[in-house]
Parts: sequence; structure tokens; C-alpha cells
Amino acid sequence: MSKIKNAFQNGKAFIPFITCGDPDLATTAAAVRAAAKNGADLIELGIPFSDPTAEGPVIQAANIRALSGGVKTDKIFDLVRELRTDVTVPMVFMTYANVVFSYGAERFISTCAEAGIDGLILPDIPYEEKDEFLPLCRQYGVDLISLIAPTSENRIGMIAKEADGFIYIVSSLGVTGVRSEINTDLGSIVNIIRQNTDVPCAIGFGISTPEQAKKMADLSDGAIVGSAIIKLLAKYGKDAPKHIGAYVKEMKDAIR
Amino acid sequence: MTNKNGRFGIHGGQYIPETLMNAVIELEEAYNYYKNDPGFNRELSALFNDYAGRPSRLYYAKKMTEDLGGAKIYLKREDLNHTGAHKINNVLGQALLAQKMGKTRLIAETGAGQHGVATATAAALMGMECVVFMGEEDTKRQALNVYRMRLLGSEVIPVKSGTATLKDAVSEAMREWTSRIADTHYCLGSVMGPHPFPTIVRDFQAVISKEIKEQMLEKEGRLPDAVIACVGGGSNAIGSFYHFIGDKDVRLIGCEAAGRGIDTFETAATINTGRLGIFHGMKSYFCQDEDGQIAPVYSISAGLDYPGVGPEHAHLHDIGRAEYVAVTDEEAVQAFEYLSKTEGVIPAIESSHAVAHAMKIAPAMRKDQIIVINLSGRGDKDCAAIARYRGEDIYE
Repeated sequence: MSKIKNAFQNGKAFIPFITCGDPDLATTAAAVRAAAKNGADLIELGIPFSDPTAEGPVIQAANIRALSGGVKTDKIFDLVRELRTDVTVPMVFMTYANVVFSYGAERFISTCAEAGIDGLILPDIPYEEKDEFLPLCRQYGVDLISLIAPTSENRIGMIAKEADGFIYIVSSLGVTGVRSEINTDLGSIVNIIRQNTDVPCAIGFGISTPEQAKKMADLSDGAIVGSAIIKLLAKYGKDAPKHIGAYVKEMKDAIR
Repeated sequence: MTNKNGRFGIHGGQYIPETLMNAVIELEEAYNYYKNDPGFNRELSALFNDYAGRPSRLYYAKKMTEDLGGAKIYLKREDLNHTGAHKINNVLGQALLAQKMGKTRLIAETGAGQHGVATATAAALMGMECVVFMGEEDTKRQALNVYRMRLLGSEVIPVKSGTATLKDAVSEAMREWTSRIADTHYCLGSVMGPHPFPTIVRDFQAVISKEIKEQMLEKEGRLPDAVIACVGGGSNAIGSFYHFIGDKDVRLIGCEAAGRGIDTFETAATINTGRLGIFHGMKSYFCQDEDGQIAPVYSISAGLDYPGVGPEHAHLHDIGRAEYVAVTDEEAVQAFEYLSKTEGVIPAIESSHAVAHAMKIAPAMRKDQIIVINLSGRGDKDCAAIARYRGEDIYE
């Protein structure tokens, strides 16, 4: 059993997302520490990709800032090793299949385990393609996180039955980004998940306010926030970590 | 050729967000039903023949043959199709399929604008709404095609993300599809993307090789020695190769865009310079850096300016059934000018890459040998750009 389970032991989980290297890796390290100190239960670290097809404009821009800053996969592994000298909160990578495939799937996943990464979210790996990575993830004890979308319908049970770590519920159609309202019948999705697995589930995509986070966390086991945090990085740059700390505290207080 | 989940050897697959999975499954089920439906095939044949002008001619290029002094050269005139390129074959098929599936809206990506124009045309014909995503750079390079799409009633959205070219237009169309699936079909323009697109697009384009085979048997009583086509994503190439794959004596030659040369970074020759990766829904060869970041690619031809190649081509390369050669901007421009002057046919700059390779190999072949060049599109759209390449400052 991975450390991800611990993330769901402190009431509803608050899960922030941070793109590594935006604007530089020192800022990422400070942002992760600020988030961990202020109540983040699990942290999603984005490895930037040149063409992030599941992301809206805010996270696309973060990917570009990070890549223009010269971030490399190996430097991100070094960042994780350095963070693990004091940060104990579970951490997962969020990236695209080609970043893992290009590094070599086994080399990448074994390095995740060695550096202290607990899980892997690959938005372009659906259930049908997971056999390329899942056996390696299980071998090295890195949870491959399954995603369930508003369009999953008849697929929810099948996906939930084989899920590890936690299940990432995509709140709405479309790409990542702040939304004024979320209209999907998430309660029904969570019910089907719970009939099929004990693995916890958290909702992401479009969540930015404490009210939204509370509503989503009430429906599930946690709330995932990406674009709202990336906006802080875009606005404050190297000064973002203290703002991220304050934001994480406000969000965790709203859902706990 | 494909097995489960649309694999061509190790290539292909369905590397897409969960949000789109039921959409591609629905598409596959609908396609598997309609491809064998006599009514669907009758309707599609009528559209091909009465609307698009099929069958396209197989023309013996006598002056070019005599000038090069080697193999006999035939041109498969896809440039004479309605809208001026092979793209209409795929679009009519997909639009009809989408209509049968109850979809009322088409979205598409486009590079040079040919696929966008073809999609806008089919949407106008069938009374469907249409939105085309086009890299902002390409909207400038191909302003006339932007006007044509709007004239046909489509909305054209300039894509500013990334390199603002074809790959970004594909990414943006995929993003749009994840946000609106129920009434929308993504009319993908090449033999790429997630299964079942590479198979569906191939099947609709395979009419090209079916006709070449029939026409060649009628004119020469034998099969050609080589079929040559340009390859970006690879739809006109797979269309002109498909019915010859089993005929081992027919050489199949795909011409990639080398841009300023395959030893430079300004190239789009994926099989010649790329490596195996996962992008835009498929496993195939891609131009990428050592961390798997997709490389910005370059070609004078907006239609070949794509960092990947369709999975079936990647497989045909792996098993050695097709050859993939690289043709530079300069060679393509020379072929553009040569065919115009020699045969009175202005080829698209994309197709000019195939013409250029035929010019290289024909002189060394015997006079009783036969080459078919798939002339995938007409070159009117390229005249201003080629004039500029030659230092003549004209604008459309």
C-alpha cells in the first residue's frame, strides 16, 4: 500500500497542482514546502510537456514558462530527492505519456520510486492503454492514477475496479481551467465508484474557490486545484510560494 | 492490418483522455456498421462521383517521361477533385458518417487549409455547422484559404498556442472535442490520431489506389513499378499505397519534407529524423528532443509541416514494405516549376515533393518501367509563397 492512502486520513484531502520549473525549480521547491506546511494532503507535481492536450490556457502557459526556463526531466527528479529530505506529504507526478516513454518507462518509474514519488497521473493513458505502464508501476510501488470523466458512464465500474492510489474524477467536459460552475452529476459517479472500490476519489478541473472546493470535497474524498495555483505563479513569479501557502490554508480550512 | 485497439505492429493505439474514450468507441462502432452498409456506400459513391468528380484521371505525362528519359510517368490527378486535393475523399466519408451518427457539427484542424476547406465544403453541402482550427502562422501564410472557409460558412479559429502551426491546430481541435462531444464530430484530416481515425481515413482515401490499379491495368495491362506520394501525416500516401501493399513488386515510396535538410533542425522529415513516441493519440515516430518534448518542425509546405507520421506508415517502414525518403524545400520548388513548365500542371507544393523524387529516380529506370506519382493537390494556393521563395514579392 502506497503513501497516497495517508493523504485521505486527515479529513477531506486538499490536492494542489504545481508545474515544476515555473518559473524555476527553486520556486517550485519553495511552493511545495509552502503547500505542505499549510495543509496540502497530496501534491501533484507537473512535469512540463511541449504540447499538453488536456490543459487549458493557464497550465499551457505554465508549461511554456517552465520549458523556456530550461527544465529537464532529470532536474525534476533531483528536485524531488531534495524535497524528500524534509517533505513527507505524498507526491505524484502529472505528465504526458511521451515524457515517460521517452525516458524509458521502467527507468522513469523506478526512478520515481527511488526519488520518493508515490504516484503517476498520465491524462493521455486511458484504461485501454494502461498495460504499457501499470505492471511496472505495481512492480516499483508507484500508483498509476486512473481518471474518470463525465462521459465515462458504462466505463466507471471497470476503471474503478482496477484503480490504485486514488481516483481522479474530472469534474466537467473540456480541459483544465477555472470554471464559474460545475454541472456534472458527480454524486452518481462517486456512488458507482464506491460500489466498485475502496480506493478514495478526489474531484478536479475547474475548482478555484473555497466554496467550490467544499462542495466537491463533500461529494467525494477531496478536491484537486491546478489552474488557480498556477495563476498565482503567473502573477507573483518567485514571490508566489507565500501566496500559495495562504491559498492552500484557506482551501484546506474550507474543506476539512 | 490492424489488430485490437487499432495497432499497426507496435504503432497506433488510443492515447487520449478518458473524456474522449466513449466518443472514439461510438465512432468505431458506427464505422464498423456503416462501412458494410450498402446504402451508406451508395450515398458515398454518389458524392464521390457526382460531387467530387471521381474517378480522378490517371494521366500519362509524356513530355516529362521523354525529358527524363527513363521510366514512364503517370500522374494520378487528385488535384482535379472538387476543392483541389485528395482531402475531399476523407471529408465526404467522415461527414456522411457523422450525419448518420446524428452529429450536427464538424470540427477540424488544418495546416495549409486544404483539409479545412474540404471540411467547410462538406459541412455546407450537408447543412452542418463547422469550426476549423488553424495555426495563426498558417492563417497568415494561407489567407486565401481562410477566406474560402469563411465564405463556405465555417468559423475559422486562429490557434496561437505553441508554434501556431498544424500540430497546435490538432491539439486545439482535440481540446475542443473534449469540451463538446454530444453533437460534434472531429473530422480529422489525416491517417493519424487515436484509433479508429487512422483506419477510417485510410479506408476513405484507399479509393485512390483502387482507381490507380484499375486504370493502370486498363492502360498498360500491368501494375506500376513504383508509386510515389508525399507524406506529412500520410493520408494521400496511404490512399495511393493501400491496394498495392500486397503486390510486393510495386515499390511504395513516401516523400517526407526535409525542409532545409535532414541534417538541420529546420526539417519535418519524421521517419528520417524522428524516434518512437506517443503523441496526439498514437504511438508512432515523432520529431522530439531527448526529454520527449515535441520539436518545432519546418517545411516550406504548410501541409507537411507536422512532427509526426501516421502509425500505418511507421509500420510499413518497420517491416520494410515502403521506403521513406526526404525531399528538401529547394528540390520541391524546382519540381513545382518543372511540372508547371513541362506538363502545364501546377502541383501543390506538398505533391511537388513526390514529383521531385520521381525526377531523381526516373532517369535511372528502364523505359519499360512505370512510375505513378500521386498528384495530391493543385498548386494555385502556393503561387504567392513560391514567388516569394524565388525573391518575387507578390501577394494574393
